Amino acid sequence: MKPPLWALGLLLAAATTGGAAQATEGGPGAGLDSLLTLMAQRRHGEADFSETKYLSMLKQPLESSGLLIYDAPDHLEQRTSTPRPQSVVLDHGIVTLQIGQRRRVLRLADYPQLAPLIDSIRAILAGDRAALERAFELDFSGTLAHWQLRLQPRDAQLAATLKRIDMQGEGDAVREVQVQQSDGDRSVMRITPRE
Amino acid sequence: MTRTRLASLSLWLALLGLSGLVVARARYSADLSAFLPRSPSATQQLLVQQLRDGLASRLILIGIEGADGATRAQVSHALAVNLRARPEFVSLSNGEAASQERDREFIFQHRYELSAAVTPERFSVDGLRAAIADNLEFMASPAGLLAKSLFVSDPTGETLQVMDEFQGAAQPRRDHGVWSSGDGARALLIAQTRAVGSDTDAQAQALALIRAAFAASLRELDTATAATPGATGPLHLLLSGPALFSVEARATIEHEALRLSLLSTTLIVTLLLLVYRSLPTLLFGLLPVASGALVGVAAVALGFGVVHGITLGFGVTLIGESVDYSIYLFVQSRLGRAAARGDAAVRSLWRTIGLGVLTSVCGFASLLPSSFPGLAQLGLYSISGLIAAAAVTRFVLPQLLPVGLRVADLTPLGAAAARLIARVRLPAAASAAAGLALLCALVLLHGRERLWNRDLSALSPVSPAAQALDANMRADLGAPDIGTLVVVNADSEQAALQLSEAVGGRLDALIGAGVIAGYDSTARFLPSQATQSARLASLPAEAPLGARLSAAAAGLALRPEALQPFLQQAAAARLAAPLNRADLDGTSFALAADALLWHRDGTWHALLPLRAAAGADNIDLVRVRAALATLAPGQVLVMNINQELDALYASYLTEAVHLSLAGLGAIVLLLLIALRSPARAARVIAPLLLAVLAVGAGFALAGTRLTILHLIGMLLIVAVGSNYALFFDRRAADSDRAALPLTLASLLIANACTVIGFGVLAFARVPVLSALGATVAPGTLLALLFAALLAPRSVLAPA
Repeated sequence: MKPPLWALGLLLAAATTGGAAQATEGGPGAGLDSLLTLMAQRRHGEADFSETKYLSMLKQPLESSGLLIYDAPDHLEQRTSTPRPQSVVLDHGIVTLQIGQRRRVLRLADYPQLAPLIDSIRAILAGDRAALERAFELDFSGTLAHWQLRLQPRDAQLAATLKRIDMQGEGDAVREVQVQQSDGDRSVMRITPRE
Repeated sequence: MTRTRLASLSLWLALLGLSGLVVARARYSADLSAFLPRSPSATQQLLVQQLRDGLASRLILIGIEGADGATRAQVSHALAVNLRARPEFVSLSNGEAASQERDREFIFQHRYELSAAVTPERFSVDGLRAAIADNLEFMASPAGLLAKSLFVSDPTGETLQVMDEFQGAAQPRRDHGVWSSGDGARALLIAQTRAVGSDTDAQAQALALIRAAFAASLRELDTATAATPGATGPLHLLLSGPALFSVEARATIEHEALRLSLLSTTLIVTLLLLVYRSLPTLLFGLLPVASGALVGVAAVALGFGVVHGITLGFGVTLIGESVDYSIYLFVQSRLGRAAARGDAAVRSLWRTIGLGVLTSVCGFASLLPSSFPGLAQLGLYSISGLIAAAAVTRFVLPQLLPVGLRVADLTPLGAAAARLIARVRLPAAASAAAGLALLCALVLLHGRERLWNRDLSALSPVSPAAQALDANMRADLGAPDIGTLVVVNADSEQAALQLSEAVGGRLDALIGAGVIAGYDSTARFLPSQATQSARLASLPAEAPLGARLSAAAAGLALRPEALQPFLQQAAAARLAAPLNRADLDGTSFALAADALLWHRDGTWHALLPLRAAAGADNIDLVRVRAALATLAPGQVLVMNINQELDALYASYLTEAVHLSLAGLGAIVLLLLIALRSPARAARVIAPLLLAVLAVGAGFALAGTRLTILHLIGMLLIVAVGSNYALFFDRRAADSDRAALPLTLASLLIANACTVIGFGVLAFARVPVLSALGATVAPGTLLALLFAALLAPRSVLAPA
């Protein structure tokens, strides 16, 4: 059936008035769809990060900062410059850690309970909805211009370690990732895109 | 019935009965030991042990192709579950996480026994601070959650330390949770059979089980996806490994041997029926062949205790020569009964056949001293079989032939052949032969560097495509290949482990120097008791450890009270009994321990397979040997199995060539003595040598490199051809021209049988069979042709 002309007009109006209309009028999941579609269009990105970890076994929080590099769809790199240089590269499911002289290679597939957590930022940047939904219940709120996404583990084993991940962002830029662990430990990472 | 007749018949029957008894009770072997020296060195002994029942011989590589990755993973899982439940398999690995977790749990439980980093210094205040600071950094990394769960129990990171040590080996790629090929197109599994690799029947059964399990998982899959039939696309099963090769090789050889021997038997029987025009005559003619074969096998069983399959296989070629005797007898004397009467012509015939048998015996006797049982057995089999066949033809057959048995008169055939040969003038034939000999010699001289194939794989019945698939799957899986090994021999398990640790220390230095990429050792996951005790003794008691931890934590942001589990577990480990072999059960280390550490006849052997440095095909054995030279001399060996095997094969090829030349010398000597004339001896030998030269040059021109089977074929050319040449010499000597056409006719028929028998073999797909066929068929034909053409024309002219 050919859509009536007024429907087309409404669609155009919705597009021009921005994400708020989509999130509310498109029904549940539509906002997430738009976000992930937008994310998937991005092929490369670099951003500064600063992270604070609150661990119960430590007397004070661990602070670190550095650079995040992303290449669609399977490569994510975290280069920490302070307090000491180290790098972590996630590439096609293989995590390579370089701490000082020591190099450690891990396969996400060897750690099925923890893999979704480590893979979550990559998955959102890649717009990989299948990977996200395999492991998490997704709860999108806000507008495309200013959104919040909450990830809660589906799997009981993952839930034993991880309570939830809260992400915030603007358009295709992720601005903050908070990881809340089940034992009360948590971390906050703030991200500033480089343009 | 005369007394002599009775005597010879009863002797024959008694011989057959005894031989039958020996043959029925003999032990037969189909393993590689036929190719191994009779008094092997320690290295060679280990070699055959590894090939026959080493780990590599028990691995079956399985590939699943087709459909998509998720479906392949599903089938891989179903296959693994199905086969793990079968007692025929010791293990089945497909990379699934469950087995990895068991291994990780084992490492965690025994981290203080296993970690090489555990020293008294590590548990001093400074050591603790350094180790904990290191691990805190790891915890702060994005992958830190992996370490965090461990940290409270293991703040010094021993578990990770051990995992790092074990990680040296290249791991297969994973796709949808299971191992896959590098390109992701094939799911991969490794099955280890309970049966050793040399147990071909058990291996065949294991392969059948894998195929059945695959078919079952496909049916399950079809039921599961019944809603969308065909959505997954077809799936294929790929199998590889020594078990598959030996099962398939056996099937091929059996199939080929059956098909080809049926074909050649049919052809030969048809030909002989046409010649004899009598079924009884044909059957009588086969009596010497059967007797010879039976006596031959019995002689080998008595002489060696065990009969190799290869002897039976190639010894059957004996038929090629022994069937000739009855042909000569029937055709030349028109009927064998004349032989019993003992007239002059018949006695002369028997002198010739007897000399022919002796010549063959000389040729095959040269194989007897060979240090390789396969060749020595072939020699004994041929000698005893030929003598028995000739004796049965001479003394038994004439007694058995019923009165009135007739064969067709072949005088016209022989006369026609004689006229044809007589058309060629002898000087022309002689110069042509000399020219041909020169030409062949030049061809052989030119190609002498590439004449012999010294590579054992030349005898392998495995197709190059199958070998390539195997190499491919092996590379993807990092499955143990039989490559370069360090072998440690010791009096006890503990001594073997301690020596392995010492070797490991030297090998670590070689890794640092880039000589090797890595190595596997049982001592990694099962350190010697001494090493374990030393490590556990490094752990302080709970109270002092707690004090040191508090002191160490002062310099860090750490709350020491969070590490209570560490204090308790370290204290418990300190008092624990050291790890032993039984503790490995249920982990993948048990499989590795079985493969890498075993004892036999009171000696413990530990293997440390080496991995070549990245980008290097080979390991520099000289440097490895030099690095290990000062360790327990005589107890540590470094070897490359493929090199050892090829060297072994090359050495026995060389030995066989030398022995054959010695055999040729013996034949020349025999003929000189028997014929009492250098000229006559030369005339007998010349056509044989020419035939061998021509066949050798033919192979050189065709680019076929000669193997041991070609050499045995050449011996057969001389053995069979000498009969032909001697007949022409007999004609020269006795000048009984009336018998000439019959002599020629019998030689033609005998040669036709040989050419048919071996010619059919030349078309076999099994290299060893085709090599033999392609050598003997043209060789004997040429030997007859040359012998006829070089015979004095005076004897060729019919009366």
